[in-house]
Amino acid sequence: MENLTREKEFQAKLDREVKIEPKDWMPDAYRKTLIRQISQHAHSEIVGMLPEGNWITRAPNLRRKAALLAKVQDEAGHGLYLYSAAETLGVDRIDLEEQLLDGTAKYSSIFNYPTQTWADIGAIGWLVDGAAILNQVPLCRTSYGPYARAMVRVCKEESFHQRQGYEIIMTLAQGNEAQKKLAQDALNRWWWPALMMFGPSDDNSKHSAQSMAWKIKRFSNDYLRQDFVDRTVPQAEYIGLSVPDKDLKWNDERGHYDFGPINWEEFYNVIKGNGPCNRQRLKTRNASFKAGAWVREAASAYADKKASRKEVAA
Amino acid sequence: MTQQEALFEYCLRLGDNGLILGHRLSEWCGHGPILEEDIALTNIALDLIGQCRMALSYAGTVEGKNRSEDDLAYLRDVYEFRNVLLVEQPNGHYGDTITRQFLFDAFNFALHQRLQFSSDEHIVAYARKAIKEITYHARHSSEWMIRLGDGTEESHNKVQESLNDLWMYTGEMFESDEVDQLMVDAGVGVDLKIVKQQWDDSVGTVLAEATLTQPEDGWMQSGGKKGTHSEKLGFLLAEMQFMQRAYPGATW
Repeated sequence: MENLTREKEFQAKLDREVKIEPKDWMPDAYRKTLIRQISQHAHSEIVGMLPEGNWITRAPNLRRKAALLAKVQDEAGHGLYLYSAAETLGVDRIDLEEQLLDGTAKYSSIFNYPTQTWADIGAIGWLVDGAAILNQVPLCRTSYGPYARAMVRVCKEESFHQRQGYEIIMTLAQGNEAQKKLAQDALNRWWWPALMMFGPSDDNSKHSAQSMAWKIKRFSNDYLRQDFVDRTVPQAEYIGLSVPDKDLKWNDERGHYDFGPINWEEFYNVIKGNGPCNRQRLKTRNASFKAGAWVREAASAYADKKASRKEVAA
Repeated sequence: MTQQEALFEYCLRLGDNGLILGHRLSEWCGHGPILEEDIALTNIALDLIGQCRMALSYAGTVEGKNRSEDDLAYLRDVYEFRNVLLVEQPNGHYGDTITRQFLFDAFNFALHQRLQFSSDEHIVAYARKAIKEITYHARHSSEWMIRLGDGTEESHNKVQESLNDLWMYTGEMFESDEVDQLMVDAGVGVDLKIVKQQWDDSVGTVLAEATLTQPEDGWMQSGGKKGTHSEKLGFLLAEMQFMQRAYPGATW
Protein backbone atom coordinates (compact mmCIF):
# COMPACT_ATOMS: atom_id res chain seq x y z
CA MET A 1 0.00 0.00 0.00
CA GLU A 2 2.75 2.38 1.07
CA ASN A 3 4.74 1.49 -2.03
CA LEU A 4 1.78 2.15 -4.24
CA THR A 5 1.39 5.66 -2.81
CA ARG A 6 5.10 6.24 -3.21
CA GLU A 7 5.00 5.12 -6.78
CA LYS A 8 2.13 7.46 -7.49
CA GLU A 9 4.00 10.33 -5.91
CA PHE A 10 7.07 9.37 -7.91
CA GLN A 11 5.18 9.37 -11.19
CA ALA A 12 3.52 12.67 -10.26
CA LYS A 13 6.96 14.18 -9.71
CA LEU A 14 8.09 12.95 -13.12
CA ASP A 15 4.99 14.37 -14.69
CA ARG A 16 5.78 17.75 -13.13
CA GLU A 17 9.28 17.43 -14.64
CA VAL A 18 10.92 17.45 -11.21
CA LYS A 19 14.34 15.76 -11.34
CA ILE A 20 14.89 12.64 -9.26
CA GLU A 21 17.98 12.96 -7.07
CA PRO A 22 20.13 10.16 -5.52
CA LYS A 23 18.53 10.33 -2.06
CA ASP A 24 14.95 10.45 -3.34
CA TRP A 25 12.79 7.36 -3.20
CA MET A 26 12.57 5.57 -6.55
CA PRO A 27 11.11 2.26 -7.73
CA ASP A 28 13.68 -0.55 -7.85
CA ALA A 29 13.03 -1.09 -11.53
CA TYR A 30 13.69 2.59 -12.27
CA ARG A 31 16.98 2.33 -10.39
CA LYS A 32 17.93 -0.86 -12.22
CA THR A 33 17.04 0.57 -15.61
CA LEU A 34 19.19 3.62 -14.95
CA ILE A 35 22.14 1.59 -13.69
CA ARG A 36 21.92 -0.56 -16.80
CA GLN A 37 21.63 2.38 -19.17
CA ILE A 38 24.25 4.63 -17.57
CA SER A 39 26.78 1.85 -17.16
CA GLN A 40 26.23 0.69 -20.74
CA HIS A 41 26.85 4.23 -21.83
CA ALA A 42 30.04 4.40 -19.74
CA HIS A 43 31.23 1.05 -21.11
CA SER A 44 30.60 2.31 -24.64
CA GLU A 45 32.89 5.27 -24.02
CA ILE A 46 35.61 2.97 -22.71
CA VAL A 47 35.37 0.37 -25.48
CA GLY A 48 35.02 3.21 -27.97
CA MET A 49 38.55 4.30 -27.11
CA LEU A 50 39.89 1.17 -28.82
CA PRO A 51 38.79 1.63 -32.45
CA GLU A 52 39.79 5.30 -32.36
CA GLY A 53 42.95 4.72 -30.37
CA ASN A 54 43.85 2.35 -33.19
CA TRP A 55 44.62 5.40 -35.36
CA ILE A 56 46.33 7.76 -32.92
CA THR A 57 49.75 6.35 -33.75
CA ARG A 58 49.04 6.63 -37.50
CA ALA A 59 47.21 9.96 -37.72
CA PRO A 60 48.31 11.67 -40.93
CA ASN A 61 49.67 14.88 -39.40
CA LEU A 62 50.45 16.39 -36.03
CA ARG A 63 47.31 18.50 -35.88
CA ARG A 64 45.11 15.44 -36.46
CA LYS A 65 47.15 13.39 -34.03
CA ALA A 66 46.67 15.99 -31.29
CA ALA A 67 42.95 16.33 -32.05
CA LEU A 68 42.42 12.57 -31.96
CA LEU A 69 44.33 12.25 -28.69
CA ALA A 70 42.15 14.98 -27.22
CA LYS A 71 39.01 13.27 -28.48
CA VAL A 72 39.88 9.90 -27.02
CA GLN A 73 40.82 11.61 -23.78
CA ASP A 74 37.37 13.24 -23.73
CA GLU A 75 35.83 9.82 -24.13
CA ALA A 76 37.76 8.40 -21.18
CA GLY A 77 36.53 11.43 -19.25
CA HIS A 78 32.94 10.72 -20.25
CA GLY A 79 33.37 7.16 -19.07
CA LEU A 80 34.65 8.42 -15.75
CA TYR A 81 31.80 10.77 -15.00
CA LEU A 82 29.16 8.39 -16.26
CA TYR A 83 30.51 5.74 -13.88
CA SER A 84 30.30 8.38 -11.15
CA ALA A 85 26.69 9.12 -12.10
CA ALA A 86 25.94 5.37 -11.91
CA GLU A 87 27.61 5.19 -8.48
CA THR A 88 25.06 7.69 -7.13
CA LEU A 89 22.54 4.87 -7.58
CA GLY A 90 24.37 2.68 -5.07
CA VAL A 91 26.65 0.54 -7.25
CA ASP A 92 30.44 0.38 -7.32
CA ARG A 93 32.40 1.21 -10.43
CA ILE A 94 34.56 -1.86 -10.03
CA ASP A 95 31.46 -4.10 -10.14
CA LEU A 96 30.26 -2.38 -13.27
CA GLU A 97 33.68 -2.72 -14.86
CA GLU A 98 33.69 -6.39 -14.04
CA GLN A 99 30.36 -6.82 -15.80
CA LEU A 100 31.94 -5.31 -18.87
CA LEU A 101 34.96 -7.58 -18.63
CA ASP A 102 33.01 -10.81 -18.13
CA GLY A 103 30.73 -9.95 -21.03
CA THR A 104 27.49 -9.69 -19.04
CA ALA A 105 27.15 -5.95 -19.62
CA LYS A 106 26.47 -4.53 -23.04
CA TYR A 107 28.07 -1.58 -24.76
CA SER A 108 27.28 0.14 -28.03
CA SER A 109 27.59 -2.45 -30.80
CA ILE A 110 29.04 0.09 -33.18
CA PHE A 111 32.44 -0.34 -31.52
CA ASN A 112 32.51 -3.95 -32.61
CA TYR A 113 33.23 -2.75 -36.12
CA PRO A 114 36.88 -2.25 -37.11
CA THR A 115 38.56 1.02 -38.08
CA GLN A 116 40.48 -0.09 -41.13
CA THR A 117 41.52 3.23 -42.67
CA TRP A 118 42.08 6.80 -41.50
CA ALA A 119 38.76 7.76 -43.09
CA ASP A 120 37.03 5.63 -40.46
CA ILE A 121 38.12 8.16 -37.85
CA GLY A 122 36.24 10.80 -39.81
CA ALA A 123 33.24 8.52 -40.29
CA ILE A 124 33.09 7.70 -36.59
CA GLY A 125 33.09 11.37 -35.67
CA TRP A 126 30.58 12.35 -38.31
CA LEU A 127 28.18 9.39 -38.23
CA VAL A 128 28.70 7.59 -34.93
CA ASP A 129 29.06 10.69 -32.79
CA GLY A 130 26.36 12.32 -34.88
CA ALA A 131 23.96 9.47 -34.11
CA ALA A 132 25.05 9.41 -30.48
CA ILE A 133 24.28 13.11 -30.09
CA LEU A 134 20.71 12.64 -31.31
CA ASN A 135 20.31 9.90 -28.73
CA GLN A 136 22.02 11.92 -26.06
CA VAL A 137 20.73 15.47 -26.37
CA PRO A 138 17.31 14.43 -25.03
CA LEU A 139 19.13 12.76 -22.13
CA CYS A 140 20.17 16.21 -20.90
CA ARG A 141 16.50 16.43 -19.84
CA THR A 142 16.27 12.88 -18.56
CA SER A 143 14.46 12.47 -15.25
CA TYR A 144 17.45 11.39 -13.15
CA GLY A 145 19.39 14.51 -12.09
CA PRO A 146 23.02 13.25 -12.00
CA TYR A 147 22.62 11.54 -15.38
CA ALA A 148 21.05 14.61 -16.95
CA ARG A 149 23.85 16.84 -15.66
CA ALA A 150 26.57 14.47 -16.82
CA MET A 151 24.98 14.43 -20.26
CA VAL A 152 25.10 18.22 -20.61
CA ARG A 153 28.89 18.07 -20.58
CA VAL A 154 29.06 14.92 -22.69
CA CYS A 155 26.88 16.48 -25.38
CA LYS A 156 28.95 19.64 -25.63
CA GLU A 157 32.07 17.60 -26.28
CA GLU A 158 30.35 15.12 -28.60
CA SER A 159 29.04 17.89 -30.77
CA PHE A 160 32.59 19.20 -31.14
CA HIS A 161 33.71 15.67 -32.07
CA GLN A 162 30.97 15.41 -34.67
CA ARG A 163 32.07 18.61 -36.41
CA GLN A 164 35.67 17.48 -36.25
CA GLY A 165 34.76 14.12 -37.82
CA TYR A 166 32.79 15.76 -40.60
CA GLU A 167 35.73 18.04 -41.26
CA ILE A 168 38.05 15.03 -41.61
CA ILE A 169 35.69 13.42 -44.12
CA MET A 170 35.18 16.68 -45.98
CA THR A 171 38.94 17.13 -46.32
CA LEU A 172 39.16 13.64 -47.82
CA ALA A 173 36.16 14.13 -50.08
CA GLN A 174 37.75 17.31 -51.43
CA GLY A 175 41.18 15.72 -51.73
CA ASN A 176 42.74 13.62 -54.46
CA GLU A 177 41.14 10.54 -56.05
CA ALA A 178 42.65 8.14 -53.51
CA GLN A 179 41.36 10.26 -50.64
CA LYS A 180 37.87 10.43 -52.16
CA LYS A 181 37.85 6.64 -52.33
CA LEU A 182 38.83 6.42 -48.68
CA ALA A 183 35.94 8.70 -47.74
CA GLN A 184 33.34 6.84 -49.82
CA ASP A 185 34.53 3.45 -48.58
CA ALA A 186 34.20 4.59 -44.98
CA LEU A 187 30.67 5.92 -45.57
CA ASN A 188 29.73 2.62 -47.24
CA ARG A 189 30.84 0.63 -44.25
CA TRP A 190 29.58 2.91 -41.42
CA TRP A 191 26.22 4.07 -42.76
CA TRP A 192 24.11 1.05 -41.85
CA PRO A 193 25.77 0.33 -38.51
CA ALA A 194 25.19 4.01 -37.65
CA LEU A 195 21.46 3.63 -38.39
CA MET A 196 21.42 0.55 -36.17
CA MET A 197 22.74 2.63 -33.28
CA PHE A 198 19.20 3.87 -32.61
CA GLY A 199 18.22 0.38 -31.59
CA PRO A 200 15.43 -1.93 -32.73
CA SER A 201 12.36 -0.45 -34.39
CA ASP A 202 9.72 0.80 -31.97
CA ASP A 203 7.53 -2.29 -32.11
CA ASN A 204 10.51 -4.50 -31.18
CA SER A 205 12.09 -2.38 -28.46
CA LYS A 206 11.57 -4.13 -25.15
CA HIS A 207 12.62 -1.34 -22.79
CA SER A 208 11.21 1.64 -24.64
CA ALA A 209 7.66 2.06 -23.34
CA GLN A 210 8.55 1.97 -19.66
CA SER A 211 11.57 4.23 -20.20
CA MET A 212 9.37 6.76 -21.97
CA ALA A 213 6.87 6.71 -19.09
CA TRP A 214 9.69 7.27 -16.62
CA LYS A 215 10.98 10.09 -18.78
CA ILE A 216 14.39 8.46 -18.97
CA LYS A 217 13.86 8.26 -22.69
CA ARG A 218 12.21 11.12 -24.53
CA PHE A 219 11.90 10.08 -28.17
CA SER A 220 11.36 6.71 -29.83
CA ASN A 221 14.13 4.83 -31.68
CA ASP A 222 12.46 5.20 -35.07
CA TYR A 223 11.80 8.91 -34.58
CA LEU A 224 15.47 9.54 -33.80
CA ARG A 225 16.67 7.32 -36.67
CA GLN A 226 14.55 9.28 -39.14
CA ASP A 227 15.88 12.53 -37.72
CA PHE A 228 19.44 11.25 -38.24
CA VAL A 229 18.80 10.27 -41.85
CA ASP A 230 17.15 13.63 -42.58
CA ARG A 231 20.09 15.54 -41.16
CA THR A 232 22.90 13.40 -42.54
CA VAL A 233 21.92 12.77 -46.16
CA PRO A 234 22.29 16.46 -47.13
CA GLN A 235 25.68 16.52 -45.39
CA ALA A 236 26.84 13.60 -47.51
CA GLU A 237 25.50 15.19 -50.69
CA TYR A 238 27.17 18.49 -49.87
CA ILE A 239 30.61 16.88 -49.96
CA GLY A 240 29.84 14.70 -52.96
CA LEU A 241 29.55 11.32 -51.27
CA SER A 242 26.74 8.89 -51.97
CA VAL A 243 24.80 7.18 -49.24
CA PRO A 244 24.86 3.40 -49.82
CA ASP A 245 21.09 2.89 -49.96
CA LYS A 246 19.36 2.43 -53.32
CA ASP A 247 15.96 3.01 -51.71
CA LEU A 248 16.90 6.35 -50.31
CA LYS A 249 14.76 9.20 -51.65
CA TRP A 250 13.09 12.36 -50.44
CA ASN A 251 9.39 11.91 -49.70
CA ASP A 252 7.64 15.24 -50.18
CA GLU A 253 4.44 14.07 -48.59
CA ARG A 254 6.07 12.91 -45.35
CA GLY A 255 8.65 15.68 -45.37
CA HIS A 256 11.28 13.05 -44.67
CA TYR A 257 13.67 10.77 -46.52
CA ASP A 258 12.44 7.25 -47.14
CA PHE A 259 15.18 4.72 -46.64
CA GLY A 260 15.69 1.01 -47.24
CA PRO A 261 15.25 -1.83 -44.76
CA ILE A 262 17.83 -2.32 -42.04
CA ASN A 263 19.56 -5.68 -41.80
CA TRP A 264 18.28 -6.65 -38.36
CA GLU A 265 19.92 -10.03 -38.60
CA GLU A 266 23.28 -8.32 -38.61
CA PHE A 267 22.19 -6.05 -35.75
CA TYR A 268 21.16 -8.96 -33.49
CA ASN A 269 24.23 -10.95 -34.42
CA VAL A 270 26.59 -8.16 -33.43
CA ILE A 271 24.68 -7.75 -30.16
CA LYS A 272 24.98 -11.47 -29.53
CA GLY A 273 28.74 -11.24 -29.86
CA ASN A 274 29.23 -12.16 -33.50
CA GLY A 275 30.43 -8.77 -34.73
CA PRO A 276 33.82 -8.49 -36.39
CA CYS A 277 35.55 -7.27 -33.21
CA ASN A 278 33.41 -8.35 -30.22
CA ARG A 279 35.87 -10.95 -29.01
CA GLN A 280 38.87 -8.81 -29.71
CA ARG A 281 37.50 -5.78 -27.83
CA LEU A 282 36.69 -7.80 -24.74
CA LYS A 283 39.98 -9.63 -24.87
CA THR A 284 41.84 -6.35 -25.11
CA ARG A 285 39.95 -4.86 -22.16
CA ASN A 286 40.55 -8.00 -20.11
CA ALA A 287 44.24 -8.10 -21.00
CA SER A 288 44.73 -4.46 -19.93
CA PHE A 289 42.83 -5.03 -16.72
CA LYS A 290 44.88 -8.10 -15.89
CA ALA A 291 48.17 -6.47 -16.84
CA GLY A 292 47.31 -3.52 -14.60
CA ALA A 293 46.42 -5.57 -11.51
CA TRP A 294 49.84 -5.21 -9.86
CA VAL A 295 49.73 -1.44 -10.45
CA ARG A 296 46.33 -1.08 -8.78
CA GLU A 297 47.46 -3.29 -5.89
CA ALA A 298 50.59 -1.18 -5.45
CA ALA A 299 48.57 2.04 -5.46
CA SER A 300 46.20 0.77 -2.81
CA ALA A 301 49.01 -0.75 -0.69
CA TYR A 302 50.82 2.57 -0.79
CA ALA A 303 47.67 4.49 0.12
CA ASP A 304 47.17 2.18 3.12
CA LYS A 305 50.76 2.64 4.24
CA LYS A 306 50.49 6.36 3.93
CA ALA A 307 47.26 6.44 5.92
CA SER A 308 48.69 4.32 8.72
CA ARG A 309 51.88 6.42 8.85
CA LYS A 310 49.69 9.48 9.25
CA GLU A 311 47.81 7.80 12.08
CA VAL A 312 51.07 6.96 13.84
CA ALA A 313 52.28 10.51 13.41
CA ALA A 314 49.04 11.87 14.83
CA MET B 1 78.74 24.83 -37.67
CA THR B 2 76.96 28.16 -37.82
CA GLN B 3 74.76 29.40 -35.04
CA GLN B 4 71.75 28.98 -37.28
CA GLU B 5 72.61 25.34 -37.92
CA ALA B 6 73.12 24.77 -34.22
CA LEU B 7 69.77 26.37 -33.41
CA PHE B 8 68.06 24.16 -35.98
CA GLU B 9 69.62 21.06 -34.39
CA TYR B 10 68.77 22.30 -30.92
CA CYS B 11 65.09 22.76 -31.83
CA LEU B 12 64.99 19.36 -33.52
CA ARG B 13 66.24 17.76 -30.31
CA LEU B 14 63.54 19.50 -28.28
CA GLY B 15 60.86 18.66 -30.82
CA ASP B 16 61.89 15.08 -31.42
CA ASN B 17 61.99 14.27 -27.71
CA GLY B 18 58.40 15.45 -27.43
CA LEU B 19 57.29 13.72 -30.60
CA ILE B 20 58.76 10.32 -29.88
CA LEU B 21 57.83 10.21 -26.19
CA GLY B 22 54.36 11.57 -26.95
CA HIS B 23 53.95 8.87 -29.58
CA ARG B 24 55.06 6.16 -27.18
CA LEU B 25 52.63 7.35 -24.52
CA SER B 26 49.81 7.47 -27.04
CA GLU B 27 50.35 3.75 -27.62
CA TRP B 28 48.89 3.27 -24.12
CA CYS B 29 45.59 4.85 -25.08
CA GLY B 30 42.79 2.55 -23.95
CA HIS B 31 45.18 0.06 -22.35
CA GLY B 32 46.06 1.76 -19.06
CA PRO B 33 45.93 -0.07 -15.71
CA ILE B 34 43.10 2.17 -14.53
CA LEU B 35 40.86 4.66 -16.31
CA GLU B 36 42.36 7.67 -14.50
CA GLU B 37 45.78 6.69 -15.84
CA ASP B 38 44.46 6.33 -19.36
CA ILE B 39 43.37 9.92 -19.05
CA ALA B 40 46.64 11.06 -17.48
CA LEU B 41 48.89 9.35 -20.04
CA THR B 42 46.81 10.63 -22.94
CA ASN B 43 46.95 14.09 -21.47
CA ILE B 44 50.73 13.97 -21.14
CA ALA B 45 51.05 12.62 -24.68
CA LEU B 46 48.93 15.51 -25.88
CA ASP B 47 51.12 18.06 -24.09
CA LEU B 48 54.26 16.52 -25.55
CA ILE B 49 52.87 16.53 -29.07
CA GLY B 50 51.88 20.17 -28.58
CA GLN B 51 55.39 21.05 -27.41
CA CYS B 52 56.87 19.14 -30.32
CA ARG B 53 54.75 21.11 -32.78
CA MET B 54 56.03 24.43 -31.45
CA ALA B 55 59.63 23.26 -31.48
CA LEU B 56 59.49 21.65 -34.94
CA SER B 57 57.68 24.61 -36.49
CA TYR B 58 60.38 26.89 -35.17
CA ALA B 59 63.07 24.46 -36.37
CA GLY B 60 61.56 24.71 -39.85
CA THR B 61 61.61 28.50 -39.71
CA VAL B 62 65.21 28.57 -38.50
CA GLU B 63 66.29 26.16 -41.21
CA GLY B 64 64.70 28.37 -43.87
CA LYS B 65 63.98 25.57 -46.34
CA ASN B 66 60.24 25.81 -46.09
CA ARG B 67 59.83 22.57 -44.13
CA SER B 68 56.73 22.47 -41.94
CA GLU B 69 56.27 20.69 -38.60
CA ASP B 70 54.71 17.82 -40.54
CA ASP B 71 57.52 17.63 -43.09
CA LEU B 72 59.94 17.30 -40.22
CA ALA B 73 57.88 14.79 -38.27
CA TYR B 74 56.74 12.61 -41.15
CA LEU B 75 59.34 12.84 -43.86
CA ARG B 76 62.62 12.26 -42.08
CA ASP B 77 64.20 8.85 -41.68
CA VAL B 78 65.70 7.38 -38.50
CA TYR B 79 69.19 8.86 -38.92
CA GLU B 80 67.72 12.35 -39.10
CA PHE B 81 65.93 12.11 -35.75
CA ARG B 82 67.58 13.84 -32.79
CA ASN B 83 65.70 12.51 -29.76
CA VAL B 84 67.59 10.92 -26.89
CA LEU B 85 67.57 7.12 -26.81
CA LEU B 86 65.63 7.06 -23.54
CA VAL B 87 62.39 8.32 -25.06
CA GLU B 88 62.28 5.79 -27.88
CA GLN B 89 62.52 2.80 -25.54
CA PRO B 90 59.40 0.63 -25.83
CA ASN B 91 56.61 1.04 -23.28
CA GLY B 92 57.11 -2.35 -21.61
CA HIS B 93 54.89 -2.68 -18.55
CA TYR B 94 53.45 0.25 -16.68
CA GLY B 95 56.48 0.46 -14.40
CA ASP B 96 58.82 0.66 -17.39
CA THR B 97 56.73 3.47 -18.87
CA ILE B 98 56.58 5.40 -15.60
CA THR B 99 60.31 5.01 -14.98
CA ARG B 100 61.16 6.21 -18.50
CA GLN B 101 58.83 9.14 -17.97
CA PHE B 102 60.19 9.97 -14.53
CA LEU B 103 63.82 9.97 -15.66
CA PHE B 104 62.96 12.14 -18.64
CA ASP B 105 60.56 14.51 -16.84
CA ALA B 106 63.18 15.41 -14.25
CA PHE B 107 65.56 16.33 -17.08
CA ASN B 108 62.91 18.09 -19.12
CA PHE B 109 61.77 20.12 -16.13
CA ALA B 110 65.25 21.37 -15.26
CA LEU B 111 65.92 22.14 -18.91
CA HIS B 112 62.73 24.05 -19.60
CA GLN B 113 62.91 25.99 -16.36
CA ARG B 114 66.08 27.57 -17.72
CA LEU B 115 64.95 27.81 -21.33
CA GLN B 116 62.42 30.37 -20.10
CA PHE B 117 65.36 32.76 -19.78
CA SER B 118 66.80 32.06 -23.23
CA SER B 119 67.97 34.98 -25.36
CA ASP B 120 65.76 33.66 -28.17
CA GLU B 121 62.20 34.95 -27.77
CA HIS B 122 60.66 32.00 -29.63
CA ILE B 123 62.32 29.58 -27.25
CA VAL B 124 61.13 31.69 -24.31
CA ALA B 125 57.51 31.58 -25.48
CA TYR B 126 57.74 27.85 -26.10
CA ALA B 127 59.39 27.15 -22.73
CA ARG B 128 56.92 29.26 -20.77
CA LYS B 129 54.04 27.25 -22.12
CA ALA B 130 55.85 23.93 -21.79
CA ILE B 131 57.07 24.38 -18.22
CA LYS B 132 53.52 24.50 -16.85
CA GLU B 133 52.79 21.16 -18.49
CA ILE B 134 56.12 19.56 -17.59
CA THR B 135 55.66 20.56 -13.95
CA TYR B 136 52.53 18.41 -13.91
CA HIS B 137 54.25 15.57 -15.80
CA ALA B 138 57.11 15.48 -13.30
CA ARG B 139 54.72 15.46 -10.37
CA HIS B 140 52.66 12.68 -11.91
CA SER B 141 55.62 10.40 -12.69
CA SER B 142 57.32 11.10 -9.33
CA GLU B 143 54.15 10.19 -7.46
CA TRP B 144 53.87 6.95 -9.38
CA MET B 145 57.53 6.09 -8.81
CA ILE B 146 56.87 6.44 -5.08
CA ARG B 147 53.64 4.46 -5.23
CA LEU B 148 55.19 1.62 -7.18
CA GLY B 149 58.49 1.66 -5.30
CA ASP B 150 56.87 1.76 -1.87
CA GLY B 151 53.73 -0.19 -2.82
CA THR B 152 53.91 -3.99 -2.78
CA GLU B 153 56.97 -6.23 -2.94
CA GLU B 154 56.03 -7.12 -6.52
CA SER B 155 55.72 -3.50 -7.62
CA HIS B 156 58.95 -2.59 -5.84
CA ASN B 157 60.87 -5.36 -7.61
CA LYS B 158 59.34 -4.58 -10.96
CA VAL B 159 60.07 -0.88 -10.89
CA GLN B 160 63.58 -1.45 -9.49
CA GLU B 161 64.24 -3.61 -12.51
CA SER B 162 62.83 -0.93 -14.82
CA LEU B 163 65.19 1.56 -13.22
CA ASN B 164 68.17 -0.76 -13.59
CA ASP B 165 67.29 -1.39 -17.25
CA LEU B 166 66.81 2.25 -18.20
CA TRP B 167 69.62 3.81 -16.23
CA MET B 168 72.14 3.38 -19.03
CA TYR B 169 70.08 5.76 -21.18
CA THR B 170 70.21 8.65 -18.71
CA GLY B 171 73.77 9.80 -19.40
CA GLU B 172 73.05 10.91 -22.93
CA MET B 173 70.64 13.63 -21.80
CA PHE B 174 73.54 15.53 -20.20
CA GLU B 175 76.18 15.00 -22.87
CA SER B 176 77.20 18.34 -24.24
CA ASP B 177 78.44 18.60 -27.79
CA GLU B 178 79.18 21.38 -30.24
CA VAL B 179 75.49 22.19 -30.69
CA ASP B 180 74.93 22.55 -26.96
CA GLN B 181 78.08 24.60 -26.53
CA LEU B 182 77.23 27.01 -29.35
CA MET B 183 73.75 27.47 -27.90
CA VAL B 184 75.07 28.07 -24.38
CA ASP B 185 77.57 30.59 -25.72
CA ALA B 186 74.80 32.42 -27.57
CA GLY B 187 72.67 32.52 -24.44
CA VAL B 188 69.99 30.50 -26.26
CA GLY B 189 70.51 27.07 -24.70
CA VAL B 190 71.11 25.68 -21.25
CA ASP B 191 74.30 24.45 -19.61
CA LEU B 192 73.66 20.72 -19.20
CA LYS B 193 76.01 20.51 -16.20
CA ILE B 194 73.56 22.63 -14.24
CA VAL B 195 70.64 20.56 -15.52
CA LYS B 196 72.48 17.43 -14.37
CA GLN B 197 72.98 18.77 -10.84
CA GLN B 198 69.29 19.54 -10.50
CA TRP B 199 68.38 16.19 -12.02
CA ASP B 200 70.63 14.36 -9.54
CA ASP B 201 68.95 16.13 -6.64
CA SER B 202 65.37 15.61 -7.73
CA VAL B 203 65.82 12.05 -8.91
CA GLY B 204 67.74 11.13 -5.74
CA THR B 205 65.05 12.57 -3.49
CA VAL B 206 62.21 10.72 -5.22
CA LEU B 207 64.07 7.42 -5.43
CA ALA B 208 64.85 7.60 -1.70
CA GLU B 209 61.20 8.20 -0.87
CA ALA B 210 60.26 5.38 -3.24
CA THR B 211 62.66 3.07 -1.30
CA LEU B 212 64.41 2.33 -4.60
CA THR B 213 68.14 1.91 -5.06
CA GLN B 214 69.73 4.34 -7.46
CA PRO B 215 71.84 2.32 -9.92
CA GLU B 216 75.55 3.00 -10.20
CA ASP B 217 76.56 5.12 -13.17
CA GLY B 218 78.09 2.52 -15.48
CA TRP B 219 78.58 2.64 -19.23
CA MET B 220 76.05 5.01 -20.76
CA GLN B 221 74.46 4.46 -24.15
CA SER B 222 74.44 7.42 -26.45
CA GLY B 223 73.89 8.44 -30.05
CA GLY B 224 70.27 9.59 -30.30
CA LYS B 225 71.11 13.29 -30.21
CA LYS B 226 73.32 12.76 -33.25
CA GLY B 227 71.00 10.42 -35.15
CA THR B 228 72.21 6.97 -34.11
CA HIS B 229 69.22 5.11 -32.74
CA SER B 230 67.98 1.72 -31.57
CA GLU B 231 66.28 -0.72 -33.93
CA LYS B 232 62.97 0.19 -32.33
CA LEU B 233 62.75 3.71 -33.72
CA GLY B 234 62.39 2.53 -37.32
CA PHE B 235 59.23 0.61 -36.48
CA LEU B 236 57.82 3.55 -34.61
CA LEU B 237 58.41 5.77 -37.65
CA ALA B 238 57.02 3.16 -40.04
CA GLU B 239 53.77 3.29 -38.12
CA MET B 240 53.71 7.02 -37.48
CA GLN B 241 54.63 8.02 -41.04
CA PHE B 242 52.46 5.48 -42.85
CA MET B 243 49.86 7.91 -44.18
CA GLN B 244 52.33 10.52 -45.38
CA ARG B 245 54.38 7.85 -47.11
CA ALA B 246 51.41 6.03 -48.64
CA TYR B 247 49.70 9.19 -49.92
CA PRO B 248 52.54 11.60 -50.70
CA GLY B 249 51.64 15.25 -50.95
CA ALA B 250 48.01 14.88 -49.86
CA THR B 251 46.35 17.37 -47.53
CA TRP B 252 44.72 15.98 -44.40
